[in-house]
Amino acid sequence: MSEKSPPETYGLSESAVFDKISEVVEKYRGCDGCLIQVLHEAQDICGYLPPEVQKFIAKKLDLSLSTVSGVISFYSFFSTSPKAKHSIKICLGTACYVRGGEKIVEAIEKELGVKAGENTPDNKFSFQITRCLGACGLAPVFMVDDDVHQRVTPSAVKDILARY
Amino acid sequence: MKNVNLTINGKAVAVPEGTTILEAAKKIGIHIPTLCYLENVHKYGGCRICVVEVKGAKALVASCMVAASEGMKVETNSERVRKARKLNCELLLSDHPQDCLSCSRSGSCELQTLANSLGLDRARFKGERSPDFIDISPSVTRDAAKCILCRRCVSVCNNIQKVGILNAQNRGFRTIIAPAGGAPLSEVNCTYCGQCVNVCPVNALRETDALAPVWRALADPKKRVVVQTAPAVRVALGEEFGLPAGTPVTGKMASALRALRFDDIFDTNIAADLTIMEEGTELLHRAKAALTEGKAALPMVTSCSPGWVKFVEHEFPDLLGNVSTCKSPHMMLGALAKSYYAQKLGADPGDMFVVSVMPCTAKKFEVTRPEMQANGIRDVDAVLTTRELARMIREAGIDFVNLPDEDFDSPLGISTGAADIFGVTGGVMEAALRTVYELVTGRELPFDGLHVQPICSFDQVRDASIRFEDVLPEYKFLEGFTLNIAVTSGFAGARRLMEEVRGGRSKYHFIEVMGCPGGCIVGGGQPRSADPMVREKRRAGLFSEDERKDLRKSHKSPVAEALYKEFLGSPCGHKSHELLHTHYTERGTFNELIKK
Repeated sequence: MSEKSPPETYGLSESAVFDKISEVVEKYRGCDGCLIQVLHEAQDICGYLPPEVQKFIAKKLDLSLSTVSGVISFYSFFSTSPKAKHSIKICLGTACYVRGGEKIVEAIEKELGVKAGENTPDNKFSFQITRCLGACGLAPVFMVDDDVHQRVTPSAVKDILARY
Repeated sequence: MKNVNLTINGKAVAVPEGTTILEAAKKIGIHIPTLCYLENVHKYGGCRICVVEVKGAKALVASCMVAASEGMKVETNSERVRKARKLNCELLLSDHPQDCLSCSRSGSCELQTLANSLGLDRARFKGERSPDFIDISPSVTRDAAKCILCRRCVSVCNNIQKVGILNAQNRGFRTIIAPAGGAPLSEVNCTYCGQCVNVCPVNALRETDALAPVWRALADPKKRVVVQTAPAVRVALGEEFGLPAGTPVTGKMASALRALRFDDIFDTNIAADLTIMEEGTELLHRAKAALTEGKAALPMVTSCSPGWVKFVEHEFPDLLGNVSTCKSPHMMLGALAKSYYAQKLGADPGDMFVVSVMPCTAKKFEVTRPEMQANGIRDVDAVLTTRELARMIREAGIDFVNLPDEDFDSPLGISTGAADIFGVTGGVMEAALRTVYELVTGRELPFDGLHVQPICSFDQVRDASIRFEDVLPEYKFLEGFTLNIAVTSGFAGARRLMEEVRGGRSKYHFIEVMGCPGGCIVGGGQPRSADPMVREKRRAGLFSEDERKDLRKSHKSPVAEALYKEFLGSPCGHKSHELLHTHYTERGTFNELIKK
């Protein structure tokens, strides 16, 4: 997977994205306090809410950009950075932690060249630390999308990630 | 309207339905301390300082939010209330820098005053702190650590000015009051009007300091330091020294500037008179083009207010052709000081340092515009707000109140009454009409006391029509013409008028806009005032300055006459265009700079 993945707009062209958001705005036009609904659906369309989308929505709804951005930054559900193609979640709950979870974090950071909480520059992976994933008997574990990788050792990280 | 009866601290009071407990208490002389609340501006119930006890209610209620109701029994000063207020104030202090000794709001800080009056004698809590950063724009400085999140600035920016630059971003302890995405002010479409600065109870929003370069210039023996003062400063500066709102202190101000050792003390009013000559002529040119050739950018809109100019550049870049090309008065005076006056002195303009004392924060940005320079030398080097001048006077140990009255210096010191009223909404229009009507008809403007009554109020938009009859031969094209004018202050009204222009629905030929609601008298650099009648009082001060003068029409100004004769030629002539006029930048709503 070497190609630079575009922002997660599900293959839509830029104008198609704005057309779809326009439809959403029209659907809610006139209803008070519709901003959250519009942002919610716009995030479904784009995968995230970049500045250009925020400006578009602000203009369409006749709101100030700081109002729109204020709502987005208030709710953790909204994201202003693109969703990566694959999401890595590593558990640092008690069991995984005592069985060397931190070493796995280091190995992943080394392999991807980014720190936990960041996305890789090609946006292929997002990398986050989570609390218990409910698989303590298999510790240490990490998930890539919906796959659970169990009893991982630092040396196995490279091979696992190469599968994606 | 129906009245409701309640008792507050055992005293009976009847108030109209919908009145808040806070207002009801005020009516019978009971003071409830407040912090985030600001009369007519901001009602939010966020700080919980104004809490009171209502009999039967489980929790204390915010008196600024809760309406009085029939039979209500309120205690504003019970043990429980006082303890809660103190605790809430202590919690606010736990997330506030405790560096009052070196804070420029010390003494005028509402949080400090509140903590004192509540008798707080310790700060018990040490906890998480809000972000600590400083954003310095050319006009306004934001000091995040000092912000108490009262959101007064948010109300002013969104509900009164309706520009919506500032809003709460993020949540919890990470909350900041900021432009979208936490961007610096200089990167967004902020007009720099500074109305947010005027309502900030603490030092989170302030003018960007210009004292240091001014003191430095004053200490430099090679510099000829010229100072000029805007009309609105003279009716507000006294408030910083305890004088009543609106007291004219023109003479004391000139004295103080001399005591501060400025070399030349000039009056921006001179340039206000010139503005009328230039803008009036420009209006007549445009009217002539419209009436005889059928095309001209009308209505013409005034350009004295730099916050307003920046607003047009962001919001109505397609209508910049309607904005008068006149520089604002202090920029005109700066340009003249470094050309006309420099020549008179035989001085190098590079050795001159021009300081403008202004009621305005936007003017601090205006002087940095590339179009406000000649040969790489700025027309004006530094802008001080009225508040900053007061700080200089205090720092120099000058006993302002007991100063004698002195005059401005010649040759740029004598102005007409028309220039004084530039500081209040409607004043520029009235001054322009006094001159234009008389130039066109040879007769005095037919209004009692020369005041154009229909536009002398603080309503958002006022208008009037003036018909020209029996005109002088050279203005024949205006015979029977009715000039429709409108006046507004604050961006909400301005937006309304400009949308009409954009939609081709405007009936006006000439519109005056000032960025701050009420005009320069309540500009972003004026003393903060708790007096609800401050606008009326400062306006009365300016009117009294106007009325005490023999010369009340700009075209009768001997200084303007001499300037045109000796130096400028004629209004809107070649030299005027070079020195007194400017051009604008299409900035775009999101400050994206529109490329053509």
